[in-house]
Amino acid sequence: MFDYYANPARFMKLSGTLLPWVSWLAVIVFAVGLYWGLVVAPADYQQGETVRIMFIHVPAAWMATFTYGYIAFASAVSLIFKHPLADVAAKSAAPIGAAFAFLALMTGMIWGKPMWGAWWVWDARLTSVLVLFLLYLGYMALWQMIEEPVQAGRAAAILGLVGAINIPIIKFSVDWWNTLHQPASIVKGGGPAIHSSILIPLLIMIGAYMVLFSALILAAMRAEILRRKVRNMRLAQAEAGSHG
Amino acid sequence: MKAFRALFMRDIRLAMRQGGGGGMAVGFFLIVVSILPLGVGPDLNLLARIAPGLLWVALLLSVLLSLDRIFHADYEDGTLDLLATGPLPLPMVVIAKMLAHWITTGLPLVIAAPVLGILLNLDPRAFLPLMLTMLAGTPALNFLGAIGAALTLGVRRGGLLISLLVLPLYVPVLIFGVGAVDAVLVGPSPFGSPFLILLAITLVSAVISPIAAAAAIRLNLD
Repeated sequence: MFDYYANPARFMKLSGTLLPWVSWLAVIVFAVGLYWGLVVAPADYQQGETVRIMFIHVPAAWMATFTYGYIAFASAVSLIFKHPLADVAAKSAAPIGAAFAFLALMTGMIWGKPMWGAWWVWDARLTSVLVLFLLYLGYMALWQMIEEPVQAGRAAAILGLVGAINIPIIKFSVDWWNTLHQPASIVKGGGPAIHSSILIPLLIMIGAYMVLFSALILAAMRAEILRRKVRNMRLAQAEAGSHG
Repeated sequence: MKAFRALFMRDIRLAMRQGGGGGMAVGFFLIVVSILPLGVGPDLNLLARIAPGLLWVALLLSVLLSLDRIFHADYEDGTLDLLATGPLPLPMVVIAKMLAHWITTGLPLVIAAPVLGILLNLDPRAFLPLMLTMLAGTPALNFLGAIGAALTLGVRRGGLLISLLVLPLYVPVLIFGVGAVDAVLVGPSPFGSPFLILLAITLVSAVISPIAAAAAIRLNLD
């Protein structure tokens, strides 16, 4: 099946039929998750209503990490099997992952103001997500600055794999750094243990983000394939014109 | 082995004759450390507290700026093509060039660091730990930076791009380097744990980097 859809035309056909269904599914799951999380679930006895940001913040942070894993996997497939659509997948996933990381940072800051009294604190998790965001930016910059798509894909695949190897090291080092400079108040994410009335809407929201990711990645890959088609057509036209 | 030594000696001779490599990096190191108190204020107590961090960040920036000397000159005049098709495997070529670069650029920075620490009122107890951590960390900085330099060979005006690619990879080296020095100055925690982790990071990058950089060079040569 991997090889069958390596043909971009076949992939365009499949993704074209899937995309409307996946998009609508994303809307539905988001509606369910948001209603459950923002309206139905009980408020935290310590933090009050502001804990509801967790339903947007936590899945966004999780998806930011997941998407980098996706990019790492696609990079490995691109380098080892030279699957034609692997680097298209990786390139398309990068802005999506960066957006999730940015969303996690923003909602983290909004959550942090009432909880810690400051817009930004250098705690381990926020700092790790910030470094992850910087990794995304570097990855996207490399794609942008190399002209030829296939060569850019190979270079980005190497960077993606190197970054993936480094992420556990970075996470470990930031955690260690944070234990050294422990702030006065120790912050716990959602409380000591997560009750099912909060856990279930959280899982639904994670599912909603996953479906959203699927819809976005399908749309982005289609756009990238079309972009390459246009580029090839332009190059062919320029070459034909130069012989004319 | 002969090819390795020949390439290594060639790079050292080139770096010494061309001039500017180690000297300019140390000069940049000096300038950055000099303008930091201009930005932060001359309070000696404050400077003493943040000196290890400032010195390490200035070291990172100095190494970063010297990175495009590793491959770009050879890429532009075609030597890299010859090296890639020569008897020495490309990862070994990368190691030879890295070693030469570290000796001519990294070591001078390490030696300059305690001297510049005096400018920042660094506690003298920290001089030796600082040099040890930098000796252990600068190879990692060079190896990780070589990956960035190799990836951006074909890109024109790619200086900022190298920084963007490589600085997130430098974060663990910075954290453990400064952590080790602070352990000597402040903490009850021993110098050993962050220092050993720093050595581990250097060893890991010494393995990964030649492979990744060689793949990136081959990519850019085609």
